[in-house]
Formats: sequence, structure tokens, C-alpha cells
Amino acid sequence: MSDTLQTTPLHDLHLRLGARMVPFAGYSMPVQYGTGLVAEHKHCRSAAALFDVSHMGQVLLHGADAAAALETLVPVDIVELGVGRQRYGFFTNTSGGLLDDLMITRPPAGTGFGDLLLVVNAGCKDADVQHMVTHIGHRCRVQAVPERALLALQGPLAVAALARLNEGVCQLVFMSGGVFELAGAPCFVTRSGYTGEDGFEISVPAERAEALAAALLAQPEVKPAGLGARDTLRLEAGLCLYGHDIDATTSPIEAGLNWAIQKVRRPGGARAGHYPGAATIEKHLAGAAPSKRVGLVGLERVPVREGTTLVDAHGHKLGTVTSGTLAPSVNQAIAMAYLPLDHAKPQHEVYAEVRGKRLPMRATPMPFQPHRYFRG
Amino acid sequence: MTTMYTPDHEWINIEDHEAAVVGITPHAQDALGDVVFVELPEIGRTLKKGEIAGVVESVKAAADLYMPVSGEIVEVNEALRADPALANTDPMGNGWFFKVHITEMAEFDQLMDTPAYDALLKSL
Repeated sequence: MSDTLQTTPLHDLHLRLGARMVPFAGYSMPVQYGTGLVAEHKHCRSAAALFDVSHMGQVLLHGADAAAALETLVPVDIVELGVGRQRYGFFTNTSGGLLDDLMITRPPAGTGFGDLLLVVNAGCKDADVQHMVTHIGHRCRVQAVPERALLALQGPLAVAALARLNEGVCQLVFMSGGVFELAGAPCFVTRSGYTGEDGFEISVPAERAEALAAALLAQPEVKPAGLGARDTLRLEAGLCLYGHDIDATTSPIEAGLNWAIQKVRRPGGARAGHYPGAATIEKHLAGAAPSKRVGLVGLERVPVREGTTLVDAHGHKLGTVTSGTLAPSVNQAIAMAYLPLDHAKPQHEVYAEVRGKRLPMRATPMPFQPHRYFRG
Repeated sequence: MTTMYTPDHEWINIEDHEAAVVGITPHAQDALGDVVFVELPEIGRTLKKGEIAGVVESVKAAADLYMPVSGEIVEVNEALRADPALANTDPMGNGWFFKVHITEMAEFDQLMDTPAYDALLKSL
């Protein structure tokens, strides 16, 4: 690990806005601004929050064979992904675990965003690029684009704010994207995010990022929010954080991400298998997954955090919490954990060992906070 | 009224001869962020200086609350238990945590006074 932290193109703006900066995945990132995490979280649920997520990796794949090539690394239907459509996916390893999760978009041809535009996690981006160069570099060109920043504008009023800069963005529905000029810069905008709310992620040239952020913050609905609120928002939305809720040892089926593996890539489908770990993942799909990621709600108002041991009524260890907090909007202790299948059923009660006490928690379907995506 | 401070960013204020009031400093609440949960000690318990007396948790983090001096817990702030955000909005006042009957006054005298604590904050 390097001692010097990288900064995003919005670093100076964060400091001017009074952000508290913390190291995250090798970057100096704002964890919160002056009003604090809870106010930022609630503002995102009620209006619109602007996040700097420029630390995440943006990668373009170039070439007619890019989609078929990428399918050899992800158990996701990329070949039939329509122009302007976006899909969630993950790189798998040979034992069926997850190397990273990512967003995949097929930009309109000739717009300068390649044949596929990928957004990957900051902490995995170097390894992801290496993985693609090694395994599919002979079939398509893999181009990391660190010269672009990434902003997320999230919340029920995000569309109203962004439409004032370019009303064309109103055409987008959840999980679609296209090229729009914003504050004079050519941007790739997708209608998606990591909060459970309607909203957008905006890829912008680094040198225009601050002007765009300023133009968005000038909208009356918009306030900046840090990585702290981003984490509580995604947890309420039941979304996984790589390295915590999913990693190289969890299969997508254990993680409850079955929905992301389309029929065409499953046994019996036209392009079934032929990705790393397919044998294990297919067994898990058929019902052999030993455990399952579940949502838990605390019956007492005490935070239950990552790493907390979960036990049954007799004190036998069942699993470990992978993410947990006292959720600002849900206003309860919520957590995610992997539990054996027979304990993963809704309403099943388990106990969290916190400071020598056993706090009851109940398995609950996720999301904890209903999604409010714009599907048209 | 004398207020003294610990290196763990707690304050203790001698209210009268019977009990001292303990809370966390503005610096501590600012570092923690929005406080959402507190665990307070049992009334009647006797704890030594440095022992864990309770827990204060924000959305992001949990921190232990230490006994600034040895003594017996004589009262806890039920209003803080009900509204943990008091630790943020009024850390030196209504956001107090517990009251302690000090057994070793020498331990109190060894804590930092206001100028010493201000100097500590400046050095951070």
C-alpha cells in the first residue's frame, strides 16, 4: 500500500465544502460534510444528494467481440444487452466466488464510450483491468479511463435538478444511459445508483467535473453527501458492498444475486456456463448453496455492526454480520449476514452477541427501505 | 464548579460534594458524528478509573466510555438514553452521561484542567 493517497478531481471542492476526508481504497474521500451523515442520508431520501464516486474504476471495452468476450468472465447476458441499456454483473473466480461486482452499459455506437462501458469498485479496479487484459485482451481492447470523474446524483428530486441542465435526461429510465451535454461537457449519464432512490451516475471529463458539480450544487434540491451516507443508504436498500457482503469466498447464489444471472446463461440456456466457476454456481442454483445472505432487523434499538457473531437460541454460532448499522430512515438496527439455509427464512429469530449480551434479530426480506426507481 | 478532562475526551465536573457529572467533550462528539445509541452503567456499580463504564455509538462507529475516576455510579441520564443526539447538540450540558461519587479525589486532581485540555486539542 502506498503512503500517498490519490485525490479525485473534486478534492478542492470537498475541502471548500468543509468535508471530513478519510482514506478509502487508496483515495482521500469525503466521509461527510458539515451537516453530518444522518442529515445527508435523509436529504438523499427526500430531495437530492450529490456524491463524488470518482474513485471507482471506469473501463471501456472496444471491439465487435467485446460482449461475447466479457461473457467468458461474467455469468450475465451481455451479448443481448440492448443499446443504451445497463446491467448489473460480477466477475467470478474458478471456485464460484466473486472477484468484483460491476455495472455494464452498452453505449450508442460511435459516441466515444467504446462498445461496453464498465464501472467497477475502486479497490478492485487494477485487478479487474489485469483480469480482463489477461483473459479477453486478445478479443477486445481494454481501456481504463482514469481521466474521467464519476458523480452520483441520487434522490427523488434528482431528475428535476438534472433536467435543468439538460432536459433530455428525463427520457432515461432505470438501468439505461446515454450521452448528454451537461455544463458544457460531454457526459455519459445512466439512470441508476447505489441508494435505492431514483437518480443518475454521470461520467464527466476530469477537468469539467468541478464545474458540473458546482452547477448541480447550485440547484435548490441538491446538497453534497459523503461516503458515510452512501453506505447507510445502500445498506437500507439491501445492496451489497464488495469486500464486506460479497467477496472471493461467496457465490452469487449464496449472496442472493440469482436475479442477475439471466436464463440464457443458466443450464439449458443458449449460452449457458462458460464462465469461471460455472460448475459450482450451477450446483448452487440447483439448490446446493450451503448458506444465504439475509437481512436482519434488530428487535432492540442497538447497532449491530460488521463482524458481530450470530448465534441460535442455544448459543451455537450461525454466522457473522457482514454490514450493520442503526439505519437513519428505517430507524432500526439493520444488518446483513450469511446464515445456514434453515435459519435464513423470513421471521426466523437469531441472536447477535454484542458486549456479552444476546440481542434478538429477525430475518427480514430486503430491501429494508423500498426501492423507488423510475421505470417509466 | 471545576471541570477536568481526560485524554479520552471525556469531561468530569464536580457538581457538589456528593457527585461529579461525566460526559463527552465537543471534540469527541464531533469525531464520532451523529450519536444514535448510548449504553449507560448500572446505578450502584463501583468502577475503577479506566474501566469501561458504557458505550457511545454513532451511525459509523462505536466507542467505549471510560471511568475518568474511581467511584460509585449514583445516577444516569435517562434523557440521553431516550435521545442520544443530546450528546451532539449539548455535550457539556444536557448530553451528560452519568454521575459518580468519587472515592479518590486525588484521581480527579490529576486530570487535565481546561488550559491543559485545550493544549491537547491544539496538538491533535
